[in-house]
Amino acid sequence: MNEIVQGFIEAIELILSLDPDVIEITVRSLYVSLSATFFASLVALPLGAYIYFNEFRGKRAVINLLQTLYALPTVIVGLAVFLMLSRSGPFGFLGMLFTPQGMIVAQTILIIPLITGLTVSALSGIDREMRYTIISLGSSQLQSIITILREARFAILAAVLLGFGRAIAEVGTVMLIGGNIRGFTRVLTTAIALNTSMGNFSFSIALGIILLGVALVVNVVLNLVQER
Amino acid sequence: MSSGTKLLTLSLAAILALGICLAGCTGTETPDGQAIPNETATETAAPPSGGAVLRIATTTSLYDTGLLDMIEDTYEAETGVDLLISSQGTGKAIELATRCDVDILLVHSPSQEQAFMDAGYGVNHRCIAYNFFQIVGPEADPAGIAGMDPVEGFRVLYEKGTAGEPGVLFVSRGDNSGTHSKEKTLWDMAGYDYETEVQGSGEWYIEAGKGMGETLVLASEKDAYTLTDEGTFLAFQTDLVLTPIIDQGDALLNRYSIIAVNPEQCPSVNIEEANNFIDWIISDEGKGLIGSFGVEDYGKALFTPLYPPECTASPFNCTCAESVSKA
Repeated sequence: MNEIVQGFIEAIELILSLDPDVIEITVRSLYVSLSATFFASLVALPLGAYIYFNEFRGKRAVINLLQTLYALPTVIVGLAVFLMLSRSGPFGFLGMLFTPQGMIVAQTILIIPLITGLTVSALSGIDREMRYTIISLGSSQLQSIITILREARFAILAAVLLGFGRAIAEVGTVMLIGGNIRGFTRVLTTAIALNTSMGNFSFSIALGIILLGVALVVNVVLNLVQER
Repeated sequence: MSSGTKLLTLSLAAILALGICLAGCTGTETPDGQAIPNETATETAAPPSGGAVLRIATTTSLYDTGLLDMIEDTYEAETGVDLLISSQGTGKAIELATRCDVDILLVHSPSQEQAFMDAGYGVNHRCIAYNFFQIVGPEADPAGIAGMDPVEGFRVLYEKGTAGEPGVLFVSRGDNSGTHSKEKTLWDMAGYDYETEVQGSGEWYIEAGKGMGETLVLASEKDAYTLTDEGTFLAFQTDLVLTPIIDQGDALLNRYSIIAVNPEQCPSVNIEEANNFIDWIISDEGKGLIGSFGVEDYGKALFTPLYPPECTASPFNCTCAESVSKA
């Protein structure tokens, strides 16, 4: 218990003192997970829209598969990407193992199914009454797609935020791919794991609080952008 | 209408971006791979292969003491070589070295080191320092093993544990770490086959499958005995109700070694810098740093550096001073 209180105090001290090491790993966490969310959204949002707006054989199976992949274990993604990027693996020549770029690739792969599946759900959620209204108003197909997308934008933003949340909170892939190298690939979650294994419990709690604070800021900023 | 056209442009842009991404998603990230370390890393960043970068795989129990952070700072300041140190458990560290993903291995598991060398994966094996494992447990010492020889202590733990004597519990790392492999050796020396007689022999034997710190916390919560390295125990001591029960005896010796990855197996290895680093760490300067580490925080040194002729004799039986680049 004492460690949790101590953790809060330490978190405030770290934030106020602008501890350079903590700032560095916080910035790296943001850089890695925001990049991964960006790349994943580039793929997942159009893909989700495509799946929703088109009828094709096996559509139900594709959606089931996507929803199953929500449960993709981070360590398995990390291990698969590790075997690809290792010097003895097929993409070893890229030299991306133990780099922030490798971590971005792994997190991107991790959250693509989540954002894609939730985009499909977001579009389905507003569909029924909307489509009738739109059709009764005599809109063209393109117009109705645009209207539906616009109506679903809050739910789509929620999908992106959930993807970001999964990325910045996970420790499995970044530990395997990044290697938790100080000053190079250490991020908040791997620093928390390390400090827990070193017995610095209150420092771990402090880093956890900072991680939540960062997530809060990202959520608020994205919501503000959305509302404009 | 205007918001409609805005959305249309947006979705067109998204589709365009998808096209670009499908065409070259990994391709566009790869050039970044070389460019971005320059901005994010504070130290001199160099291309992943070649240049003054040295990748070191090590074990958590060694890294968690903080020794390697200090060595990294000193060595980088002196030579400008960028040390990338990753700590991931002995099994993983050795696996990284056999896959050519690192240049140097820093471990404390003589039997696994020997297997690594015998398989031709490593060159220039040097032992650098040692300390002692400890058998820690509840202060009341329900098995009554305090002051015993470690092997004798393990025998008594086994006998009382399997007999169901109350309060006699043992928590094992159970993760193939260097500490776990030392534990197996101790069971073996006590006359018990690990897989058939110790594992699954009853509720007294708990396999944690965790790192050293978490294993200590588990042992403390359960009032159980466990085998630990001294550094991790000192770091956790304030959070534990455990005390050292047996901390003497050659069988508890914990030897740390450094090995360069064999460039004939792995052409990508930066063998020149690896050899320079090994020479530095076995120099009087490197060993002086190791020998003084921990005095400030714990009031005692965590590691004893190895010097000849001590290291060549039993129980060490290793090379600790010959320069590797001149060999």
